[in-house]
Amino acid sequence: MKWYQDTPCRETHGRVLREHFGVAAEAGQYIIALAGNPNVGKSTVFNALTGLRQHTGNWPGKTVDNAQGAFTYRKKPFLLVDLPGTYSLLAHTVEEEIARDFICFGEPDATVVVLDATCLERNLNLALQVMEITPNVVVCVNLMDEANKKKIAIDFPALEKELGVPVVAAAARKGEGLDALRETLYQVSTGARQSNPRRLTYSAAVEEAVQKLLPNVQRLVDHKLNPRWVALRLLDGDKAFLESISRYLDLQLNWEAPQEVAAL
Amino acid sequence: MYVPEQRSSLADLKVGTTGKISSIELDGLLRRRILDLGILPGTQVQCVRKSPAGDPIAFRVRDTTIALRSDDASLIKVYPG
Repeated sequence: MKWYQDTPCRETHGRVLREHFGVAAEAGQYIIALAGNPNVGKSTVFNALTGLRQHTGNWPGKTVDNAQGAFTYRKKPFLLVDLPGTYSLLAHTVEEEIARDFICFGEPDATVVVLDATCLERNLNLALQVMEITPNVVVCVNLMDEANKKKIAIDFPALEKELGVPVVAAAARKGEGLDALRETLYQVSTGARQSNPRRLTYSAAVEEAVQKLLPNVQRLVDHKLNPRWVALRLLDGDKAFLESISRYLDLQLNWEAPQEVAAL
Repeated sequence: MYVPEQRSSLADLKVGTTGKISSIELDGLLRRRILDLGILPGTQVQCVRKSPAGDPIAFRVRDTTIALRSDDASLIKVYPG
């Protein structure tokens, strides 16, 4: 099932990016979000890709650093937006809220999740959470040089198959793997490469509740968000997320969904 | 008389010893946070140090050290392992 639009309305999109995220994209520029746990070399990847074409500041209204950088690959312009380092997207902190809101409402053309090759297990949690929101994910396993030193071997074809999204090995501080990352980003952003992210299946009770919510949620979010994911957040009782939805999508929150959820 | 089952928690681990998580008796966002940090049932956790007052306590989980309030740690139950 395809819930996302092929040609999002560029005009509204540009406005949301500017007003809510302080991101001023030029026409035709592909927006790439860069997510990852803290201390996985996310900034190194960011610097390696963008060089000196950077702009730093704060997220609008937040005391959290925001960095954006541009690069050109195969004559296509890209704008890379560095998200705060987080362990999760389920919004306990301002940083997590920013990262989640950008991936959700900023509608990036692709999201890179940078993982630490030396502790993949811990890092994959975030990758799976991002994949629940958007199919346009590229996983970048960074710090491969560290992993090699610790004699950690990673089976990349198997990882890619398990996740269902492109996986790129990198050692950003040595400049390794960056060409592959650029190429993969190009393919995913332009739609040349479609991925089929692994979908998490929850317990029967949760799945049943999601199915009950889906029709209404679908009508409400109207292709702008992944309805399954929104339904799951409703079941979580995530109030902060409801506020974000109404802020970004200009929805009136006089809906019955919360009561419906409570009834389930 | 009802006697609650005496089970040890993360807060009872002595420095240097390990235990495996049996259950996480926390709710809401804090529970989510603990899960996000990789503390799941069956995960091995080592107590690495306690602060002078015994709160917070530092634990080694999946190759990372994290600190928990002892109130929260006492709600995370462990079994020897």
